[in-house]
Amino acid sequence: MSTKQINPSNLLNTDSLAELDSWIAKYPEGRQMSAVMAGLRIAQDQNGGWISDELIEAVAVYLDMEPIEAYEVATFYSMYERSPVGRHKISICTNISCMLRGSDEVVSHLENRLGIKLGETTEDGRYTLKEVECLGACVNAPMMQVGRSYHENLTPELLDSIIETIESGGSL
Amino acid sequence: MINIEINGQALEVPEGTMLLEAADNAAISIPRFCYHSKLSLAASCRMCLVEVEKMGKPLPACATPVGEGMVVHTRSPKAISAQRAVMEFLLINHPLDCPICDQGGECELQDVAVGFGNDTSEYAEEKRVVVDPDLGSLISTDMNRCIQCTRCVRFGQEIAGQMELGAPGRGEHMHIATYLRGSVSSELSGNVIDLCPVGALTSKPFRFHARSWELTHHDGVSLHDGLGTNLRLDVRRDELMRVVPRENESINECWISDRDRYSYRALKHADRLTQPQIKRNGEWQTVGWDDALTFAAESLQKIAKQHGAEQLGALAGGESTNEEYYLLQKFMRGVGSSNIDYRLKQNDFSDSVSDPSFPSLGQTIAELEKSDSVLLIGSDLRSEMPLIAHRLRKAVRHGRAKISSIASVDVDLHMKSSEQIVVAPGQIANALAAVAKSLTALGATAPAEYASVIDAVETNQQSEAIAKELKEGSATTVMVGAMAYAASDFAQIRQLAAAIAEMSDSKLALLDPAGNAVGATMAGAVSHRGVAGQEIEKAGMDWRAMMASGLKGLILLNTEPELDSADSATALKGLENSGFVVALSAFDSEQMRQSADVMLPIATTFESAGSAVNLEGTWQRFSAAVNPPGEARPAWKILRVMGNLFDINGFEYLSVDDVYTELQTACENIEYRPLSVAKVDSASTTATLQRIVAPSLYHNSGMVRRSDALQATESAAAAHKLRLNSATATKLGVVDEGEVTLSQGALSRNIKMELDESVTDGSFVLAAGTSESMGFGVDGQFEIGKV
Repeated sequence: MSTKQINPSNLLNTDSLAELDSWIAKYPEGRQMSAVMAGLRIAQDQNGGWISDELIEAVAVYLDMEPIEAYEVATFYSMYERSPVGRHKISICTNISCMLRGSDEVVSHLENRLGIKLGETTEDGRYTLKEVECLGACVNAPMMQVGRSYHENLTPELLDSIIETIESGGSL
Repeated sequence: MINIEINGQALEVPEGTMLLEAADNAAISIPRFCYHSKLSLAASCRMCLVEVEKMGKPLPACATPVGEGMVVHTRSPKAISAQRAVMEFLLINHPLDCPICDQGGECELQDVAVGFGNDTSEYAEEKRVVVDPDLGSLISTDMNRCIQCTRCVRFGQEIAGQMELGAPGRGEHMHIATYLRGSVSSELSGNVIDLCPVGALTSKPFRFHARSWELTHHDGVSLHDGLGTNLRLDVRRDELMRVVPRENESINECWISDRDRYSYRALKHADRLTQPQIKRNGEWQTVGWDDALTFAAESLQKIAKQHGAEQLGALAGGESTNEEYYLLQKFMRGVGSSNIDYRLKQNDFSDSVSDPSFPSLGQTIAELEKSDSVLLIGSDLRSEMPLIAHRLRKAVRHGRAKISSIASVDVDLHMKSSEQIVVAPGQIANALAAVAKSLTALGATAPAEYASVIDAVETNQQSEAIAKELKEGSATTVMVGAMAYAASDFAQIRQLAAAIAEMSDSKLALLDPAGNAVGATMAGAVSHRGVAGQEIEKAGMDWRAMMASGLKGLILLNTEPELDSADSATALKGLENSGFVVALSAFDSEQMRQSADVMLPIATTFESAGSAVNLEGTWQRFSAAVNPPGEARPAWKILRVMGNLFDINGFEYLSVDDVYTELQTACENIEYRPLSVAKVDSASTTATLQRIVAPSLYHNSGMVRRSDALQATESAAAAHKLRLNSATATKLGVVDEGEVTLSQGALSRNIKMELDESVTDGSFVLAAGTSESMGFGVDGQFEIGKV
């Protein structure tokens, strides 16, 4: 394809590239493509939680693969965001176990509290609410993921305390 | 061997066979969508589910290897219910638009739904809607119809070597798309139309023009390159509606290039000549055949009488049939002139005496797949012979073959290459000498004629690596391509290539850029050889010599020399200086009206019976699929009448078969004589800015140049641009320009420019066959400046 070639070093910073290199090293030589998921995650972290088309292409070029191949991966997994998200991404599971245990209430409570609907971001750019499929914590349903941490056996009170912790700058 | 049983039939099949293949070989039909024998297994459509005894669930036949004692049922209640269920799911999102779908009547989904589906659907919900990507001028998309078999995706990855289509998204949101809405540019892209089991990908030019059941099928052969691709020509009411591949495992397998698929569009081009025309007192008049032929014959006879037959010459294009070449040379030699040449894409004839009996691949096309190592010299193989490139790609993918290239452009072969040497146009010979020298270090002896040339160069890491690959491999080939043919030091390049082949025990493949070069050579349509490659008493002039001398009488067969040849300057000047010009052409053009005195309309290869020989030496015959338009006639008939008008003996042919038999008999015992060694002095150039004539996929012949679909592609557009690297552009002070002025001698023209880092320093690429390059030569002084 005759698209102009992107130079990965212009888009990925040295820390990201070093981390990506450490992932490439985990696979046999010539299998650098296997690091695509790590690569997209690293690019997403560097970019404040979402990954642009240029970054997808940069990862692809760096791993010597076709851009469309990296794009397939980026669009397949729901962990990759392809448009900007809030600083705190709240992913609520609404699959069968969580639904039976009241995930609808979790959704409506957070929607009311934050004033946004599922799939939206608050105006101040702090929160994004996202509906996700099973995150593998059915045993303590209903659950949600905030950033990298899991929160289980959710109740309205627990939800409020989690939000307040975030508001007060505490760590989850 | 493994014993299995399918539907009660005992079979013995090799280990590792999949159930579906075993069934196919035994003519037991199992429905499938994602499976294709030339592609990797996806096992994603689940249509081929069959019951295997002692297994709990039905298994996909395409991805289940045979096992000893396996008992398989493809039509048991369990298998049928599984197939029904899959069919129902596949139809959930498939629109019921068969009446307006181009695939209707030749649709795998339709056929399988009738054979294996339910009568009605229980699905009453909404169907999904997918946005159609724009894939360019060749492929039309209706993605709602897609059943996600991913054949087109795998085709790009595995066959075209360029993954342009992908399947982003997940589950119901998965769809076929290009990256960021780019179009598809592969030279083999049209094959996804044949692969697509539904009407999601269809031919854009063919769209809404005919139904498959209205078409009659005719066998055809492509003359656009030396492969001799087998075609199926689909005709409705004497109109060629489309071209699709005809399977021939030893030549084109089941593929054809886009050039072969869409060149038929030229048949209806406005330029088509349909009436004989003659120029009288500077005015063109439409006349009958008798008048035109008499006028042509009388004028040529007068020239022969007044100035001698040596003042007559003939140029033939690269895409004529054996019979046409044969009759043209028989006519010319009957008149008494050996001035005949088809080699317009070649520019250096200084070692013509050492020519092999005919150009050859040195092996069969299929054998290329078993290559260990191939060295490409001056070849952009994908643009020259797309399916030869595909065979090499297969060798790389499956056999880990090493492909190296020596050229003035860093060619993108869409396959892993080992060494790419990119040098200035005049330096190719030196790079080859370095490889030869590296071979001497490995124990080979250089031919005496070139010992000093080879000894004079320094080896380098790359030349050593190439030499090692060629020397160590057991199936190795040295290929000489179109850029080398167009070079002004072609003879030396070819001689050194032959030396390398000899020294490394490799085959030499001369990829003559004329489509039917082998047929032309065997038919004797060259100035220095007769029929069947025989030596002749007195050689005539090659095309450059003819053009340089300005003959009194010139016959053009199926060629526009100013566009077909790489050296347009010489061609144009020659046409201007030629006296009386008779053009046998399928197409009219401004230039032809200027240079010709008679225009005789001829049939294209699709409208004429004939034969061709491909680069592996296979003779292929074909008949006319449609009638030529208006008064146009097959060229062999016109040449026969010309022979009669000149009272030349042996022109009493009743049919094209007679011509074929005569030529075939003459060639029956042809013994292949390889290229012999001849000393050629190196041509040194003092030019500071050199032109590289890269082959353009879609400008190599009059027919291809007039296909609207091909001309609308990105590849065709790229050929209209002048390309050079940013270092050269900076030096010339044009790095920020979008358009530059190219000058050579008195000719100066503004041409769009594109920076391309694959071009070597101090050179620029300008393809032949375009209006931009018309009139420019190959070598000599060029200047590039601001507009």
